[in-house]
Amino acid sequence: MTKYTDQGKKDTRSGFGAGMTELGRTNPNVVALCADLVGSLKLETFIEENPERFFQVGIAEANMIGIAAGLTVGGKIPFTSTFANFSTGRVYDQIRQSVAYSDKNVKICASHAGLTLGEDGATHQILEDIGLMKMLPGMTVINPCDFNQTKAATIAIAEHEGPVYLRFGRPKVANFTPADQKFEIGKALMLNEGTDVTIIATGHLVWESLLAAEALESQGISAEVVNIHTIKPLDDEAILASVKKTGCVVTAEEHNYLGGLGESVARVLASHLPAPQEFVATKDTFGESGTPDQLMEKYGLNNKAIQEAVLKVLKRK
Amino acid sequence: MMPNSKELQDLVIQVRRDILRMVHKVNSGHPGGSLGCTEFFVALYNEIMDLKEGFDMDGHGEDVFFLSNGHISPVFYSVLARRGYFPVDELNTFRLINSRLQGHPTTHEGLPGVRIASGSLGQGMSVAIGAALTKKLNGDDHLVYSLHGDGELQEGQNWEAIMYAAGKKVDNLIATIDRNGQQIDGSTEDVMPLGDVAEKFKVFGWDVMEIENGNNLDQVIAGLNEAKSRTGKGKPVCVVMTTEMGNGVDFMMHTHAWHGKAPSDEQLATALDQNPETLGDY
Repeated sequence: MTKYTDQGKKDTRSGFGAGMTELGRTNPNVVALCADLVGSLKLETFIEENPERFFQVGIAEANMIGIAAGLTVGGKIPFTSTFANFSTGRVYDQIRQSVAYSDKNVKICASHAGLTLGEDGATHQILEDIGLMKMLPGMTVINPCDFNQTKAATIAIAEHEGPVYLRFGRPKVANFTPADQKFEIGKALMLNEGTDVTIIATGHLVWESLLAAEALESQGISAEVVNIHTIKPLDDEAILASVKKTGCVVTAEEHNYLGGLGESVARVLASHLPAPQEFVATKDTFGESGTPDQLMEKYGLNNKAIQEAVLKVLKRK
Repeated sequence: MMPNSKELQDLVIQVRRDILRMVHKVNSGHPGGSLGCTEFFVALYNEIMDLKEGFDMDGHGEDVFFLSNGHISPVFYSVLARRGYFPVDELNTFRLINSRLQGHPTTHEGLPGVRIASGSLGQGMSVAIGAALTKKLNGDDHLVYSLHGDGELQEGQNWEAIMYAAGKKVDNLIATIDRNGQQIDGSTEDVMPLGDVAEKFKVFGWDVMEIENGNNLDQVIAGLNEAKSRTGKGKPVCVVMTTEMGNGVDFMMHTHAWHGKAPSDEQLATALDQNPETLGDY
């Protein structure tokens, strides 16, 4: 089993920017839109190299989503970009009608998702976006875990026909997946094999899960870590195979436990293989201002919280 | 066809009959705005737009149209069917289960001629702008047309789009506003005053023109031809078209009452008498 190590901290939004740079060079149909957050979304290189394929819409997200839907008519592949809060909740009906129901090939790329946006506080820290997006028929929902995976995901979704929600974040976090990885939409990744408990994690919580597994190992607990980057369509098979082996599961995500990855996993298990599950997620609450580390500690979204959840779920086996 | 030819006038009457019969059959739908925009649709699809045979979603090398106020689907469906996009008989399935002719237009069931779902109001202008931008990127000098209800302008997204189209010089777009002055709850000026729509588009930077009587086929054709001639000059073109909701049926005019109400059997008979069959009912 590969041992994953931090190759140096990087932000996932820069992974998006790097992916867009590559797409700008390789796929002439890719176009980008942004609602006054070019720097935050790391689009500078794409814009510099492809000025005619970039559309600055100003602070007008509803219009951005509609324009993106229209750009597909004639074969363009639009990538919209702004913060996750303004990519989803603010424009839900535009996405629902003009993109999802209209079967448009729009990629909704959302940065600064979750608590780790930090000091800006709850107005900007959306913890409901995975739920909102996964409920839309036909929408693919992806939440990569580090710079390399976000870059690979950005490139991969251009080849996928249909609407995609791509969720990533602001802070610099461990970059541990291989730079040359092949990103397969809907395919879970086995990061650490184990026999006592399955930890299913997405986004920033994946690295924390690996740290937790390492700590648990020293306590004699063998934790399997499965990275779900694609929350929809969910890799039911990989989840069932792992839980069949371990008999219990902890899900970990930077999102409300209502509507998130955990609920999707619970649905799969309830239908096929009922098993004890603990949820590392926010518990139906808004966030607040603070540093990312402080917030992840306060809301129970880190290595320590995952270890505690594992100990709890093991008692329920 | 020549402008104002008998065929076009006959088509206008036949489309009105289609609209009335479609909404009557399922006792639901929106006849008022549909009847008011009949001349516009007939002109657009049979005289104004440069269209290819058949339908492909991308619309390369042809003009494309987006209906933003999707509730006037009856007139859209009738004109599409009679232009040959799908069998006229299919109008029988309007709003029925398993139909491609949903209450509001959608691409989801694969109905030829429809390129976007609409119904939730205020989204069509943004979509039309996107399609216009793609035409520019593709070096396709065809135009993008869109239609919007006047009441629909109360949705804020329109003003984001109006600002964008002018600010970014989307000059291959002709957006027509159906200024019938009515919406579900009453007159637009009572419900939420729109004021001088043409002036508002002007101050946002659009090239604005008006069609005084959008129920006069000659005027509609002349107006839209004039609009075409104004494209490609650095500004999006807005046509403020005054129409009469319910036009062609005397008891449906001068009121908002028929915005979303179907006629009874007796009312249908009266309305059809006022629009005698021309090209043949579906």
